[in-house]
Amino acid sequence: MIAHAIFFYVFSLIAIISAIMVTVSKNTVHSVFFLILDFISISCLFIMIGAEFLGMIMLIVYVGAVAVLFLFVVMMLNVAQQKNQWLLSEDSSGHIPIGLIISSLIFFELIIVIGGWKYKPDLFNSNNLTNLSDLSNTHSLGQILYTDYIHVFQISGMILLIAMIGAIVLTFRQREGVKKQSYIKQISRERSEGVEVLEVPSNKGVKIDD
Amino acid sequence: MEYLNTIFQEVYKILFLIVPVLVSVAMIVWLDRRVWAFVQKRQGPNVVGPFGLLQSLADALKYIFKEIIIPASSNKVIFILAPIITMTLALIAWAVIPFGEDQALANINVGILYIFAVSSLGVYGIIMGGWASNSKYPFLGAIRSAAQMVSYEVSIGIIIINVLLCVGSLNLSDIVVAQKEIWFVIPLFPMFVIFFISALAETNRPPFDLPEAEAELVAGYQTEYSGMMYAMFWLGEYANILLMCALGSILFLGGWLSPIDLYPFNIIPGIFWLIFKILLLFILFALVKAIVPRYRYDQLMRLGWKIFLPLSLIYVVLTASYLFYFNLLPTN
Repeated sequence: MIAHAIFFYVFSLIAIISAIMVTVSKNTVHSVFFLILDFISISCLFIMIGAEFLGMIMLIVYVGAVAVLFLFVVMMLNVAQQKNQWLLSEDSSGHIPIGLIISSLIFFELIIVIGGWKYKPDLFNSNNLTNLSDLSNTHSLGQILYTDYIHVFQISGMILLIAMIGAIVLTFRQREGVKKQSYIKQISRERSEGVEVLEVPSNKGVKIDD
Repeated sequence: MEYLNTIFQEVYKILFLIVPVLVSVAMIVWLDRRVWAFVQKRQGPNVVGPFGLLQSLADALKYIFKEIIIPASSNKVIFILAPIITMTLALIAWAVIPFGEDQALANINVGILYIFAVSSLGVYGIIMGGWASNSKYPFLGAIRSAAQMVSYEVSIGIIIINVLLCVGSLNLSDIVVAQKEIWFVIPLFPMFVIFFISALAETNRPPFDLPEAEAELVAGYQTEYSGMMYAMFWLGEYANILLMCALGSILFLGGWLSPIDLYPFNIIPGIFWLIFKILLLFILFALVKAIVPRYRYDQLMRLGWKIFLPLSLIYVVLTASYLFYFNLLPTN
């Protein structure tokens, strides 16, 4: 039990410190690395409370895919290191009030959500959460997701699909004059199309390209 | 006292797993070079030790005594961290590989997800090394490899879903036991082929070794590395290849099960069958390296997204509907 507590405090300390470092560190790429460390320690916490499926999915989706894309974008943009002092410089002072308002809004929203969740009267009676305890974590999650919450689950999938299609539509543009490789064209090419024997008149030459 | 005892036991178990894995990585490098040489009618390394078996050890010794050069304009912490991460991630995934009935270091319920997660983290070693070098070639190599690994992970994930539909559990031992009747390579043969090719792309092996394409990018993300740090990248890469071979033999070739459940075969311990299957897959990897020319980058992306992803998705639908129609879905 003591070992459990030690691990819990170590992981949560790493999570909190790296979450602070995400916002504080001056190099944007370092921020993304701290974000990754944060994700990893939070998935460790998930595994510690017995939600091993959630922890692993968190690792695969957030660390393995989403954060890689973050890193990709940040590296490609080549955001210069912020040379000036954090919080006290001339050009960042304008953003601080707006940032404070937004963050306090989010903070109060979170408090409201947590309060509503904690004092929901039938939290442990709704659904059949309790008699699933003999099943493994993955099975019980699947049984709840695909029975009671099937519509919510499907709708969230649709939302993701729409976001994906929207991103493609926004960035897709048909460009003229781009040479593309067509495999069917290449394979179905005959010798008669490839080779052409021309009669070359003396002192005049022929035009091949047209 | 009792607590210390458990810790010592665990450390002993871990060493008993890590040391053989490292030794076999060294041997597998030798095997790779030998197979490659035989295809090209050369001898390959045959001088150090019997059949040149100790060549890898000699190479490792050489790397240890070489100077580690850290570029002045590099990001030093991340530069040093990158090979360490590659190596660590390549080794920790072995914790859940079952070498026999109840012969895994950690027989966890979500074993397959653990391996998938660890192998998807593998991209960080490369991307960190490429970025921290602060140089053009490594950066281009790192970006190529990030895109490549993320794309092929998608198809590997969907192939794993195919296998899981037939098993009904995420536990690696359960996956092997479910193949007692028939190895999954037979009903899911197209998936096995796609898995093999995706594993080549996931481990940056030829013909998909674009992150380190020497004709275009010098050595890709490893360009600035030298000495032991380079050797760690290299060891990590081969440990990853071995891991992918082990995963392939567990998912499709029946893990530790013997091919025929008859007298002379089934008294051989399961671990030898597993090693035999891993070696078989690895020789295939080595042969592919020797005989297939390198892909172009857009062809690689096309193969991943436009061919493998739809094919494996269609096969998921096919497998699921077959199992549902014939009432074969596993229940527990």
